[in-house]
Amino acid sequence: MTARDSETSYESVTPGGTGVSGHDPDSGGHFGSYGGRFMPEALIAAQDELAAEYDKARDDPEFVAELERLLRDYAGRPSPLTEVERFGAHAGGARVLLKREDLNHTGSHKINNVLGQALLVKRMGKRRVIAETGAGQHGVATATACALLDLDCVIYMGATDTRRQALNVARMRLLGAEVRPVEAGSATLKDAINEALRDWVTNVADTHYLLGTAAGAHPFPLMVRNLHKVIGEESREQVLRRTGRLPDAVVACVGGGSNAIGIFHGFIDDPGVRLVGMEAGGHGLDSGEHGAALTSGSPGTLHGARSYLLQDEDGQIAEAYSISAGLDYPGVGPEHAWLADTGRAEYRAVTDEEAMHAFRLLSRTEGIIPAIESAHALAGALRLGAELGPEAVLVVSLSGRGDKDMDTAAHYFGLVPEAGITGEDQG
Amino acid sequence: MSLHEVFRDCAAQRRAALIGYLPAGFPTVPDSAELFRAMVRGDGDTPGCDVVEIGIPYSDPVMDGPTIQAAGGEALRNGFRVRQLFDLVATVAEAGAAPVVMTYWNPVHRYGPDAFARDLAAAGGLGVITPDLIPDEADEWLTAARRYDLDRIFLVAPSSTDRRLAMTAEAGSGFLYAASVMGVTGARDSVSGSARDLVRRTREHTELPIGVGLGVRTAEHAAEVGSFADGVIVGSAFVSRVRREGTTGVAEFAAELGRGVRSNPAPVPEVVD
Repeated sequence: MTARDSETSYESVTPGGTGVSGHDPDSGGHFGSYGGRFMPEALIAAQDELAAEYDKARDDPEFVAELERLLRDYAGRPSPLTEVERFGAHAGGARVLLKREDLNHTGSHKINNVLGQALLVKRMGKRRVIAETGAGQHGVATATACALLDLDCVIYMGATDTRRQALNVARMRLLGAEVRPVEAGSATLKDAINEALRDWVTNVADTHYLLGTAAGAHPFPLMVRNLHKVIGEESREQVLRRTGRLPDAVVACVGGGSNAIGIFHGFIDDPGVRLVGMEAGGHGLDSGEHGAALTSGSPGTLHGARSYLLQDEDGQIAEAYSISAGLDYPGVGPEHAWLADTGRAEYRAVTDEEAMHAFRLLSRTEGIIPAIESAHALAGALRLGAELGPEAVLVVSLSGRGDKDMDTAAHYFGLVPEAGITGEDQG
Repeated sequence: MSLHEVFRDCAAQRRAALIGYLPAGFPTVPDSAELFRAMVRGDGDTPGCDVVEIGIPYSDPVMDGPTIQAAGGEALRNGFRVRQLFDLVATVAEAGAAPVVMTYWNPVHRYGPDAFARDLAAAGGLGVITPDLIPDEADEWLTAARRYDLDRIFLVAPSSTDRRLAMTAEAGSGFLYAASVMGVTGARDSVSGSARDLVRRTREHTELPIGVGLGVRTAEHAAEVGSFADGVIVGSAFVSRVRREGTTGVAEFAAELGRGVRSNPAPVPEVVD
């Protein structure tokens, strides 16, 4: 397949979302019984300011046009939809089409959200941006937008993750961001979010917390979703043009769930299209070592919202596990919790092993190395294709590229002499 | 004795109430029972805390600085379970102080707000401070707390708008917790000027007593805060004292602070910063 699909005119879809859809939360940010604002009072004024500013911006033609320009000229949208026939042959012969968010500037879907929020920061007159990052993708995207728009940038990253993703730390520093390793707790993504929240409550007057996923307190889940809706809107138009029909299913990986909610929303009013989210099954749900909040967790409050999460019987938050740092999170965005309860979307878990199998399969059959996060969606497509057969059309969100994961992959598959051979499958 | 009566009695003595915080189960459950008794007892000359905040250690304490994070983490590593909270509440009540619980919302959500209120009231607890539950999200909690006659102690902050101060005061009972600075818990070298301003703004909306917390660490701070607030809240400094000097140090520190709130400094003219 060719890499670039030029069939779609970008102007036909509107980034950032305009107006109120039938899928917006109530004014307090509730999707059914999920979402809301379980936040310290000290931050409520800032959340209110952000919600009000976002409400104005999303209907302001100047803001929409500026975001549209950046997404087109800077991020490279629209991203192509690539049909992958050789990979599809392993998915029960189904037609599989990949939404290529990996081809965006900075290598993942994260840039959509970051550009939108960074423009909002300028509108609000704040100078300083803080963000959390797990694998480093959101941190790199945030540092990028801050470099572009001349904003001070501090990235909180779990100390464990700074060691696992040393190159992304260097990348963020090169872009002018300050990276602060977080030693507290498990020293991973959830602790980075905690530390960013502590910074925000202390410096909220001049600081915006640029949250990287469709989770957290209102208005983040709504705003981040709308900024990623462009993924689904482009996909719908592209798949119709290419195949003349809507897909049977749209598949995406779910950690916090931002790429999934973005692509789902392009199809949410098409009842014949199944929306399928793939969570991190880690070493298997029975092992207790996974990140499958929807498949295996229970309702609770974390980082500002009520949603599903991994917790013990006392309500202490459990440590998640996944081979993919981007899915290594014990919670999930509140709209996914609502979509799961209402049945509009379905969620399944994919183990490390299944994800790594799909990771290598796509690399070898199509010459595309996916992010390990996205490989979870690909593994889901292999399963769904087998279930639905060769007549099926599947759209898969390829949310990021796999360059950042080469160290993990090299160790897993034993690809370099000094790496331990830990993958059992030597192919 | 209710919180209302505690603040009324302190006001009759022309002083602020002393409110001390420690995490439950820190460093262990039996040790923490001793520490709570010491906080109440004081040194024999001067009594200690009028109100004790019993904190539920939590895995993700986003409102706490390093001192309380570390203490809560230690309690959890030593095996603290939420069901052990209630005996500690009873310990504080038996020692003669007013016990309230300070907790992030998820442990209560998980326990079940109604069951939590029931068990807390049965142990002699008087109310709950909820740093990450605002009245907007508190319907279920307000129902449960009213049912078991527990006070609902919400926070106000320097960033709170007047509209939110009024709404929070209306929903709360017992007292209002004024976070004196924008930031997390932790002892500071001086008491922020924003505390006085926040107390003044809050009083325009309520007759409820107002306790001031975040940053109080000496008898002098306690005296100063006590000159304009109805309650002086001390947390991280108690944790540090446990680390340095154990139970005896906590009893002495409680008495020092007790002398601070009783020192009756000349009334400080109200300052608007």
